Amino acid sequence: MPKVQAVRPLSPATVSPRMLWTATGVVVALLLLAYLVAFDQGAVSRSGMFLHELMHDGRHLLGVPCH
Amino acid sequence: MSLTPAGTAPGYGALLLRGLLAGLIAGLLAGAFAYTFGEPKVEAAIAIEEAASHAEAAAPAAAGHAQDSATADDHHGEDALVSRNGQKGGLFLATALYGVAMGGLLATAYALLRRRLRTAHDSRAALGLAGAALLGLVLVPFVKYPPNPPAVGDPATIDQRTISYLSVVVIGLVAVWAAVLASRSPRVGAPEWVRACAGLGAFLVVVVVGYVLLPNIDEVPSTFPPSLLWNFRLSSLGTQVTMWTVLGLAFTALLSRLGPVRPAVPREPSESVAV
Repeated sequence: MPKVQAVRPLSPATVSPRMLWTATGVVVALLLLAYLVAFDQGAVSRSGMFLHELMHDGRHLLGVPCH
Repeated sequence: MSLTPAGTAPGYGALLLRGLLAGLIAGLLAGAFAYTFGEPKVEAAIAIEEAASHAEAAAPAAAGHAQDSATADDHHGEDALVSRNGQKGGLFLATALYGVAMGGLLATAYALLRRRLRTAHDSRAALGLAGAALLGLVLVPFVKYPPNPPAVGDPATIDQRTISYLSVVVIGLVAVWAAVLASRSPRVGAPEWVRACAGLGAFLVVVVVGYVLLPNIDEVPSTFPPSLLWNFRLSSLGTQVTMWTVLGLAFTALLSRLGPVRPAVPREPSESVAV
């Protein structure tokens, strides 16, 4: 017999298809953001190497292979 | 500010907003850690890198490497695209953006998986997910491919190293996932230690197979000071542990401020009694 929970979980009751699509879009956008920090060399940001060089130290200290 | 009326289950938007905010906090604190403990090691490594490239440029026999040393100079030298002070400030930008990205991913994972996690406590679910990410995204990759400071690593192999790094990240996440599935596989009523052993076994199988299949990378020059390498790697690990610890705690704290969810339907006797 399942335990009765006094308090409902703090989360959407069901995962609707609409929420799944939104979540997919959000995940893609966030992975792109992480890519910009960790790997981009201007191909996506169109900034040349500026962003890459600017975040150079962060990349090293976040454990990403740099150069 | 809440996107949902008090007392109802929060929607994805409300959770995502809290995840992004928690990520910003975590990223800035990780940046502060990295600035305090990591930057001195990065500085020391860059000094070694520049000394090496100048020595190479001076040696006539190293003509073939002249191109390499020129690019190394572009990276950190006086005529660099971004000055060293700019890169130190950029450190906070990098960790903050990375934190926001990871915070959003954590909130998304929480929103999608909360009701599949077998705990009555939202905070344990959120902290559990953050801990799983720390294990899969940070600790498993760290042991196979420890981070390297400037002056360590051959630029010619960067593509291969990046692919290997992403592979070990995927292996880390799969290992955590396998551990959860395995710990649920014993029959109902099985003792807790049996579940823990099943989970640990599945985790180790995935990690060991992944470690064996992925190529070994050792590009540390024999002249690089070992203690500097160790201290750099330790500060990098500290940065990432700070990131995920603060992210998990901040997200949990922001969740708890949403308050308990009251049952949407009129209370039944069984619900009011259960604790």
